[in-house]
Amino acid sequence: MEELANLFHGFAVALQPYNIMLMVIGITLGVIIGVLPGLGGANGVAILLPLTFSMPPTSAIIMLSCIYWGALFGGAITSILFNIPGEPWSVATTFDGFPMAQQGRPGEALTAAFTSSFVGALFAVIMITLVAPLVAGFALRFGPAEKFAVYFLAFCSFVGLSKEPPFKTIAAMMMGFALAAVGLDSITGQLRLTFGVTELLNGFDFLIAVIGLFGIGEILLTMEEGLAFRGGSATINLRVVLQTWRELPAYWMTSLRSCLIGCWMGVTPAGATPASFMSYGIAKRLARRGNNFGKGEIEGVIAPETAAHAAGTSALLPMLSLGVPGSPTAAVLLGGLLIWGLQPGPMLFVEQKEFVWGLIASMYLGNLAGLIVVLTCVPIFAAILRVPFGIIAPLILVLCAIGAYSVHNSTFDVMLMLVFGVLGYLLKKCNYPLAPLVLAIVLGDKAEEAFRQSLLGSQGSLGVFFSNGLVSTIMALGLVALFWSAIQEGYSRLRTSLA
Amino acid sequence: MTERSRSESGPAHKTLEIGMALLIGVFGLIVIFGSLKAGINWGAEGPRAGFFPFYVGTAIVGASAINLWHARRDHDGRLFAEWGQLRQVMSVVVPTAIYVGSMPFIGLYVASMVFIAWFMRWLGGYRWLTTIAVAVGMPVVTYLVFERWFLVPLPKGPLEEWLGL
Repeated sequence: MEELANLFHGFAVALQPYNIMLMVIGITLGVIIGVLPGLGGANGVAILLPLTFSMPPTSAIIMLSCIYWGALFGGAITSILFNIPGEPWSVATTFDGFPMAQQGRPGEALTAAFTSSFVGALFAVIMITLVAPLVAGFALRFGPAEKFAVYFLAFCSFVGLSKEPPFKTIAAMMMGFALAAVGLDSITGQLRLTFGVTELLNGFDFLIAVIGLFGIGEILLTMEEGLAFRGGSATINLRVVLQTWRELPAYWMTSLRSCLIGCWMGVTPAGATPASFMSYGIAKRLARRGNNFGKGEIEGVIAPETAAHAAGTSALLPMLSLGVPGSPTAAVLLGGLLIWGLQPGPMLFVEQKEFVWGLIASMYLGNLAGLIVVLTCVPIFAAILRVPFGIIAPLILVLCAIGAYSVHNSTFDVMLMLVFGVLGYLLKKCNYPLAPLVLAIVLGDKAEEAFRQSLLGSQGSLGVFFSNGLVSTIMALGLVALFWSAIQEGYSRLRTSLA
Repeated sequence: MTERSRSESGPAHKTLEIGMALLIGVFGLIVIFGSLKAGINWGAEGPRAGFFPFYVGTAIVGASAINLWHARRDHDGRLFAEWGQLRQVMSVVVPTAIYVGSMPFIGLYVASMVFIAWFMRWLGGYRWLTTIAVAVGMPVVTYLVFERWFLVPLPKGPLEEWLGL
């Protein structure tokens, strides 16, 4: 019951007029970010992070997390209206959303998508409210070995779950770890991997990497297709909304299933995208009108949207309770915590009650505000997409530069951003996943610290990672996740070689 | 994908894939080299600074070797991109590089104006009026939002100094 009291206190924090204003600003910016090509949730939040340096941490996280919700909502708009997924997890929404829009039912598809997103998020937030304090309480007992095991599990699930080839995932991830290691070693205070370059003393900031890899890289990918960018338009009126809402309860089973899939997959890193596909796939198999999927079935919009939003939201659960972000955007939020002087991890629930519960309460309110904003303002957001790319692209590039500069007030960072941008373009074209790279840059130092501290305790024996039931279980799960991909790949290669 | 003619030529995907694996492999070697310099063995205070990065570097080299092997076996003859597409990409990369490089000297605002104007006028083909409106409007809005509202300082050059901002 203490949680309930905390939650109410959190609502009191989130409902302050200043915070409500930031919430609406955040949602609006987020939807715009989600709608625009080249600005996804992760780098949108990264660019705007410097704006929050002067805010109180609770207000800052409310605004930034609302940008995230907004971006999740925004992804659905572009998927349905233009067949362009704004985020990777909106891809599955295009399968049925776009056909619906083409059949002249864009309002219905959008309403279904937004409502399902809201339902998914709500489900995930309720789960976070109930589970996060328990997980955090449990994690308080973690020593360095257990901490490392959690990181190990997180990174192994990337290798196992991402659809990219496992060795490319490993290569990308390890590059992230290497970049994180550059600069001052936090334990010995020794310089390493700087090769005499003074700009590298403080290492690579992951925010620069995020803005470069996701922002600039995405713009370059879009430029390949030239400046031609076809826009459409859409309107939602109250009648369509109400009519769709009357239909939706019939699909409660699909919703519930997608919520569960989303939450489960969202807690493990790299989860949102597979969650949306998995949910779509299962819905297609189980739905009565499953054969109609892909031709504009409303259930085919509900399933992936619910799961993606549930996963996107529950990605904050490990971020808050363990300090391990479940998605690149959650990683950027975690970076924000560090900048505001908060230590992410289980201690947050003890030391920063107001912050944690303010954030959780704002998730309820932010998603509700998001639903209202997107339902009422779809035509405006769709109109933004009709602004030609020739105008949008330079503006986004300038915004990225501003964001990169203001992280450390350094023009060197801006150049670094461009380097990361070109690298991101090449990596993406060659099918290397970017999310593990970014997460490794964020978590590299902490994972290394945990690793070295555990080895210190055990005098260098790796046996410390299997020294008790808890740590062995987490490590074993990690190993299963790691080799899952190898088994799968071996299996499929065996099948293709037999066929 | 656009419906452009498929006959256009460009660098093979395989070449880029191999190049990327090699590039990452070299990066791994640099990491290993740097770790060796920092010391990879066990010191008085436990594992030395290069201990962890050394294994990371080894993993990078190992993974790249496997990726390289995969890339070499790839025979589907896909294009990485058509030359025309790469030209489009370079037409953004090069001016952005100039933009970023000039920023320390002329400040962010002037550089942004020139950059936006260049982009819209030459790549977008907009009228001068539209171009100038956006190119001037964006930095002004940026100034108001960042410097005035959120108090985030951005790099300034001679022009801002002359204007006394």
